Amino acid sequence: MTEQGLPSAETLLATLTAQMRAQVTPQTGLIGIVTGGAWLAERLHKALGIAVPVGTLDVSFYRDDFRDRGLKRKVAPSTIPFEVDGRDLILIDDVLNTGRTIRAAMNELFDYGRPASIRLAALVDRGGRELPIAAQFIGATLDIPSAQSIDLEQADGGGLRLVLQPVK
Amino acid sequence: MFLNNNPQLNKNGELHHLLSIEGLPADILRQILDTAESFVGVTQREVKKVPLLRGQAIFNLFFEPSTRTRTTFEIAAKRLSADVINLAINVSSQSKGESVLDTVANLSAMQADMFIVRHAQSGAPYLIARHVSPDIHVINAGDGRHAHPTQGLLDVFTVRRYKKDFTQLRVAIVGDVLHSRVARSQIHALTTLGVPELRVIGPKTLLPSHVEDLGVHVYHDMAKGLKDVDVVMMLRLQNERMQGAFLPSPQEFFKSYGLTAEKLALAKPDAIVLHPGPMNRGVEIDSSVADGKQSVILPQVTFGIAIRMAVMSILAGN
Repeated sequence: MTEQGLPSAETLLATLTAQMRAQVTPQTGLIGIVTGGAWLAERLHKALGIAVPVGTLDVSFYRDDFRDRGLKRKVAPSTIPFEVDGRDLILIDDVLNTGRTIRAAMNELFDYGRPASIRLAALVDRGGRELPIAAQFIGATLDIPSAQSIDLEQADGGGLRLVLQPVK
Repeated sequence: MFLNNNPQLNKNGELHHLLSIEGLPADILRQILDTAESFVGVTQREVKKVPLLRGQAIFNLFFEPSTRTRTTFEIAAKRLSADVINLAINVSSQSKGESVLDTVANLSAMQADMFIVRHAQSGAPYLIARHVSPDIHVINAGDGRHAHPTQGLLDVFTVRRYKKDFTQLRVAIVGDVLHSRVARSQIHALTTLGVPELRVIGPKTLLPSHVEDLGVHVYHDMAKGLKDVDVVMMLRLQNERMQGAFLPSPQEFFKSYGLTAEKLALAKPDAIVLHPGPMNRGVEIDSSVADGKQSVILPQVTFGIAIRMAVMSILAGN
């Protein structure tokens, strides 16, 4: 537990790792959503000993709120250093909420090829879904007031932690 | 509605039109370069398209002929999923006597979202930007001798790709600076991004008077000007823009200012060579250099698409 009453991100990551371990095959490719999901993907990739290199997605070019919010200042390049066709993909995000980011991520993935399957892993599921999307691997389900956002932070040493902050 | 009377920025200081690099803060230039970096990845995928500008209508308004620039804007817009309408105006309404603003008003009534403007008159894109409705964006694709901001941006993007840190560079711009809108945009972009030593090299007749005021060092001798530079930016000899006796002959120009392997050897061994195209081989650049290993002329073309995708998507979102 953190001083804000949140579970430890490292403990939740261990939970996710344990859930995913039995499901990993030589066909599995991990794809982390920038930025928190990409940190998690790196850690999971190492812990699960996956041979296929890890991919990252920045879904900015696929978001459904571009018309209202424009492009964010810093868009990271998406990199998928493996063939997507026929691969069993696991998308990784830090916090699952409305499902809109995952919708955007799936649309982007299909511009790289036709995966055999896509599953979703989230460190935290805070509910509030606006689309028919569910995660197959979940670190914890938390009830977070809508006025607050829950974010993953990475310390200099690489350690991960969850923080609550008022919605900007 | 414009910040500090800069017609390019909205009240939040964000880019609304791209008319000139002059007057843009470095963080906006960096935002464009960083966003373009992500689009380079998109253009290397199997599906080279993103849905960002789906349903938007982008008009290429070319009052002056240009195949290459128009094509790269068209490719960029299509890769953003926008609908592109190409208009070569010199052969249609202008010849029937319609004014520029009437043309633009008519196209606005067709629900245009963005105008890409190329015009032989300096300032024409500003005139259009001042008269379009506030939700329309204008990009200058080259106006007279004034500016060609997306070319300047793709050039600095290319430099950053090969040389990383602008603040350690010595850059030379060579040739017909006087008639070149590209040179002006390059100078503003490079100085804004912190290049400490910028040189222009050319005969007196092809350098603007008071060019030093832009913060550049002037050279009339290639051997001195190219000494130890990291980047050589060649300019095209603007035959079609040259009236009057600026030059004895193209051969004479090549002898003094054409970039040959011997002259390039005076620059740093890892110097890169840029050219905005189309090249006059044997006039401003020798084929052995244009096709040589220090040339980044073809990568410039590829990066030009990513830069134009970045500019269009940033404008459309602001």
